[in-house]
Amino acid sequence: MKEDKILLAHGSGGKLSHELIQNFFLPFFKNPILEPLDDGAKITDIAEGLAFSTDSYVVNPIFFPGGDIGKLAVFGTVNDLSMVGAIPSFLSLSLIIEEGFPISDLKKIISSIHESAVQANVQIVTGDTKVVENGAADRIFINTSGIGWIRPGVNLSGINVKPGDKILLSGSLGDHEVAILSAREGFKFQEIIKSDCAPLNNLVDKILQRCPNIHCMRDPTRGGLATTLNEIANKSDVGIIIEEEKIPIRESVKGVCELLGLDPFYLANEGKLIAFCPPEEAEGVLEVMREDPLGKEGVIIGRVVEENKGRVILKTLIGGNRILDMLTGMQFPRIC
Amino acid sequence: MKFIEEFRDKNIAERLIYEISKISIPKIKIMEVCGTHTVSIFRYGIRNLLPEHIKLISGPGCPVCVTPNIDIDFAIALSRHKDVILATFGDMMKVPGSTSSLQKEKAEGRDIRIIYSPLEAMSIAKDNPKKIVIFFAIGFETTSPTIASTIIRAKRDGIENLFFLNSQKRIPPAICALIQSKDIMIDGFILPGHVSTIIGSDPYQFISNEFLLPAVITGFEPLDVLQGIWMLVKMIREERPAIEIQYKRAVRKEGNPLAIKKIKEVFKEDDATWRGLGLIPDSGYCFREEYKRFDARNIEIEVEPSKENNQCVCGKVLKGIITPLECSLFRKVCHPENPIGPCMVSIEGACHTYFKYY
Repeated sequence: MKEDKILLAHGSGGKLSHELIQNFFLPFFKNPILEPLDDGAKITDIAEGLAFSTDSYVVNPIFFPGGDIGKLAVFGTVNDLSMVGAIPSFLSLSLIIEEGFPISDLKKIISSIHESAVQANVQIVTGDTKVVENGAADRIFINTSGIGWIRPGVNLSGINVKPGDKILLSGSLGDHEVAILSAREGFKFQEIIKSDCAPLNNLVDKILQRCPNIHCMRDPTRGGLATTLNEIANKSDVGIIIEEEKIPIRESVKGVCELLGLDPFYLANEGKLIAFCPPEEAEGVLEVMREDPLGKEGVIIGRVVEENKGRVILKTLIGGNRILDMLTGMQFPRIC
Repeated sequence: MKFIEEFRDKNIAERLIYEISKISIPKIKIMEVCGTHTVSIFRYGIRNLLPEHIKLISGPGCPVCVTPNIDIDFAIALSRHKDVILATFGDMMKVPGSTSSLQKEKAEGRDIRIIYSPLEAMSIAKDNPKKIVIFFAIGFETTSPTIASTIIRAKRDGIENLFFLNSQKRIPPAICALIQSKDIMIDGFILPGHVSTIIGSDPYQFISNEFLLPAVITGFEPLDVLQGIWMLVKMIREERPAIEIQYKRAVRKEGNPLAIKKIKEVFKEDDATWRGLGLIPDSGYCFREEYKRFDARNIEIEVEPSKENNQCVCGKVLKGIITPLECSLFRKVCHPENPIGPCMVSIEGACHTYFKYY
């Protein structure tokens, strides 16, 4: 392409739009479903239990340690499909690009989307591009929607959790949000904290093969572990008890949290999952989790109980108890 | 992790709790002045680990909570001017003023920006030379040195479009006012750790010398809080009022002389109004003559008459007279998504902390 910036004309549907799609996007996403470039993608082998998810990505900054908006856009939707027991297969990709956005940055993002899709074993089969005037969007916004077939015999849902279930967490909390915050605010620490952005479908696959009877899985993204646990406690009308000393948190993340007064239980994660598992299966699932690179820090963090319905109780490091509520508002760094 | 893990050791915590329980004293009330202590106490579940005869009361050490409506209304009025960029700490966004809040004003299109450091306000001013940039300067002695340093730097760099709406407060006069008010009988104080890194222990001597009450400057890890309580309880038992430093790794008797110097270069002590406590002599600052041009209160602007919400009893909560649980609005009407008073807004406000952890 001879232009080095996106122009409004790239989104007009005319000649420049076609050039952008043919010469810039198509080389990345070659597959028979996309290539006809019809208005919609026709997937002719439809089976029962098709999961469909969508998400939009507006992260700032768009490039951060451990990832970028493109990688997030793929793995975010892949993970949402995985959490309901589906095998993620096809994604749509919609871009809203601000006029003046450098082509070089767009290339990095599209390359990243391509690599991420390969890694997650999904195909981008349909897409859309809009260009808006300078100031009407913050550089680039992305939406991905995804579909996947739900594995037979698997029924994962927030309403399925039972008293007695054990709660497993696949790894350390807070990496993603701290990486974003550090990059956005220009905090420079001794150790660069990277986002944990990763596709969880392989890990989920292993877990479900070992135990198809998992009751629920979730990836604790915005609002953190605390918010996700509260959602489940409310949906299944159960109580949850977790132990603070079991929760893995990187030293560097702990340090940033202490400095800024952030609570790691409320920080977003993009490559972690929690699983609610029948108690007799918990150790087996944990073993399988730890065999996967994304679950090697896996740990049982707590259990589901009959009492204190709708509440999440945390046993603190020093043996006290406190209520772990949902995130309200936003977490701001402490003032003093 | 250095200075973190060691101070969260469960075995030492159990030992400290045992030692506290062993000391024979009647029922006592201890006030933790600082909001971060309130958060720590709840976060680690310390309240229910202490023996029943020790009651912990939250004090007014939350800078967001004690900012009066009159200052918030002024900030709102300034933000409505088309040439103004208002910079503020995040927590101030949701605090309700008399009829609006900075968050609502931002939704109306006012240029209000959340910043983490006063230096960012200076960057905004440099990047927007045609705008009037105003930093809503709240906080205690912890943040005053950085605010003062920013002003000194702005003067040095000749920045003409940067102003500060000063609503800073000083802790020691507020403690004095609390003790004198006799609204609540406190037997001892857990003093703010970070304020004390700046001012040291000398400014608190009046607590033991004049009022014969003990106080301990305490850190924020659970073992800090427990050790601080243990030191306080021992002094009460021995009837030996004094000011002691538990937070020795961060606080020196003389504080931080350089930081104090910065504050004194820009500001002199002045009376200030605290929400819930009223006007307290010398509990705030005003600009010295050489720095008066940075004072946002010089900007002529029409401000609506301030009025307080009659049903809100944040004032009583801030003084420790009641707990949030005794407020009729708590949880029913007043909650973090719909705060009636500032104690519910700030992450270190007593009401927000009770809501989140209790």
